[in-house]
Amino acid sequence: MLNAERAPVTGKRVQLMATCLCDAFYDDVAAATVEVLEHLGVEVLFPDGQTCCGQPAFNGGDWAASRKVVRHAVRTFAGDEPVVVPSGSCAAMMFHGAVLEFEHEPDLPEVEALGRRTWELGDFIVNGLGVKTWPGRFDAKVALHRACHTRGTGSIAAALTLLNSITGVRVVEFGEVEQCCGFGGTFSVSFPNISTAMGALKLEHLRAAQPDVLVSPAMSCMMHIGGLAQAEGKPIKTLHLAQVLRDALKAK
Amino acid sequence: MRYQPIDQFLTTLPADKRASVYQSTKATHEKRTKLLFDEFPDPNHLRRIAGEIKQHTLENLDTYLPAVEAKMKANGVKVHWASTAEAANQAVLAIMRARGATKMVKAKTMVSEEIELAHFLEKHGIEALETDLGEFIVQIDGDHPSHIVRPIIHKNRREIATSFEREGLGAYNDDPETITRRARQFLRHKYLAADVGLTGANFVSVESGRLVLVTNEGNSRFSLAAPKCHIALVGIEKLVPRDRDLGLFLNLLARSATAQDLTVYTEFISGPKLATQPDGPEEMHVIFVDNGRTEVLASECREILRCIRCGACLNVCPVYRQVSGHAYRSVYPGPVGAVLSPLLAGERFATLADLPKASSLCGACNEVCPVNIPIPDLLLRLRNKAKLENVPSPGTPPMGAWALMASQPTAWRAALFGGKLLDYVPAKLIPVPAMQAWSAKRALPAWRGGEFRKWLKARASKRT
Repeated sequence: MLNAERAPVTGKRVQLMATCLCDAFYDDVAAATVEVLEHLGVEVLFPDGQTCCGQPAFNGGDWAASRKVVRHAVRTFAGDEPVVVPSGSCAAMMFHGAVLEFEHEPDLPEVEALGRRTWELGDFIVNGLGVKTWPGRFDAKVALHRACHTRGTGSIAAALTLLNSITGVRVVEFGEVEQCCGFGGTFSVSFPNISTAMGALKLEHLRAAQPDVLVSPAMSCMMHIGGLAQAEGKPIKTLHLAQVLRDALKAK
Repeated sequence: MRYQPIDQFLTTLPADKRASVYQSTKATHEKRTKLLFDEFPDPNHLRRIAGEIKQHTLENLDTYLPAVEAKMKANGVKVHWASTAEAANQAVLAIMRARGATKMVKAKTMVSEEIELAHFLEKHGIEALETDLGEFIVQIDGDHPSHIVRPIIHKNRREIATSFEREGLGAYNDDPETITRRARQFLRHKYLAADVGLTGANFVSVESGRLVLVTNEGNSRFSLAAPKCHIALVGIEKLVPRDRDLGLFLNLLARSATAQDLTVYTEFISGPKLATQPDGPEEMHVIFVDNGRTEVLASECREILRCIRCGACLNVCPVYRQVSGHAYRSVYPGPVGAVLSPLLAGERFATLADLPKASSLCGACNEVCPVNIPIPDLLLRLRNKAKLENVPSPGTPPMGAWALMASQPTAWRAALFGGKLLDYVPAKLIPVPAMQAWSAKRALPAWRGGEFRKWLKARASKRT
């Protein structure tokens, strides 16, 4: 199941799935997501019992463990508001991965229902709410990372729509945008040599394009690319799309 | 072993090989994409249709296989069924022996690699010579193909020139044109002396019983033209229902495989030579090979049988580009191989259960697949299968404790605060393998566990 074509939303209240990465490392991304949504007049609920989308175990092949976590998510995100998540990867887990691992489970319909309500942030703003321009100002040469789990969704086009509409933003292209950064969840630690070689290629292309900031709709890739650059002693600036949108508003 | 075998393999590859595999796969992929998107308004639509046709065919193999057998028999073809590799090899040998044949020329066929036909025949005193240039080089080197379409993607011309010199094919010369000409001169005599020509089939039309063969070197045509007997080895998944489906598949195959509008040679073979034709094989045999395919068909990974062996998923795959084909320790490498090889291994699944892990699940393979196989989903299914069968997985962190925590909010919140530890202890010193694997070349961001929740609460209390 992909979410490429869904009906726009009408309600103005959402549940925020902050993601485990934002919970542990990237609190500012989650905060920016709240501020961006509130700027759009959306009321943001934060179900306090939330943990993770279940993807680490799903990708690691331990579907039984993953289903435990997904069931927890289904209980935590009860209701009928859209669930907005500042990560293309966790969003895809909810509307695609979870559905796959529940195909023989009796509670598949509940999992599918949660998947249908789950939106990646940029996709939600542009295709859910119908907002296609962004106010404010952000003076930077921006490279947009195509987080792989947004393939087949509206997220990248949405992010580009928003970025291109911001005064001061110049989106720069770089080589092999469709290639993965090498993160891949557990792949990054069970295949560390391949994973870092893939990351090095991504960095090479990025550095050639000389952006001021690398922007992504998911922080997992940023953790990988940014962590690699930092360990090399040549850090690059990374931001989540939500942070760019929030900072643009602040500069107004 | 600390990490996965395929990851370890990377560290053994010389830098120049890595660079050349990367460059040539990238170039083919980019040309393919340009060609498809320049020439068709919506190539993704074509991929989806092609996938549906193949899926339909697979799901109706029980009627299509008898139908194509009847058609082929009516066309004068002798049809054989081989359920295993051994049976397929024996069938070829029996045909050769019945004719007193000792010399075979072979066109490139992946299924013959799968059943190791050439080795089998050589053991029985039959010369089975590869005529595809790449496969010929693999054969004289006693090597294995490392790519489905370009078997010698791992070799450079200097190595090939050295092999040719060793085999008495002329003094050292690494000019590609010279190498090709020498192989051509050598093979020409072999074609004329051969008793049997063996090919695969890229497609088989149920409607007409026609085999379709594509090559760029014309070697399959030559393998059919000279010998008096033609044997085709055909995987049972090669069928398409109608002749007119071939238009779609041939258009997609050449573009996906080699970034060409059409391969240089395309042959449609419906039977042995007619009495009115002066030349061609007097006898034609088709051996349909199962070798584990019906098991795959019965599994939850049956979509992989749609594969038309174009290699586009190898060319786009960031992992294949790094490690190249031999890393996969099987006939079919890359994303398609990571699904197909462990499945075809049957009872030996565990020996190849690491292949499906060699993917970041980026999904590029699915995006380029001309028959739209959901390869990442199939890789995931096989990971789950490996876990259920308790196959050890080096370097994969255990998920049980994590799942327990992630389904209990109190434990989760406690861990978010407990993670502060990371800020005081260097990650490289933490005795968790995953942490060490991460931090050898990557920094971890500062631990901010629970900060977002604090921010939310503080904000809420300010507002009330």
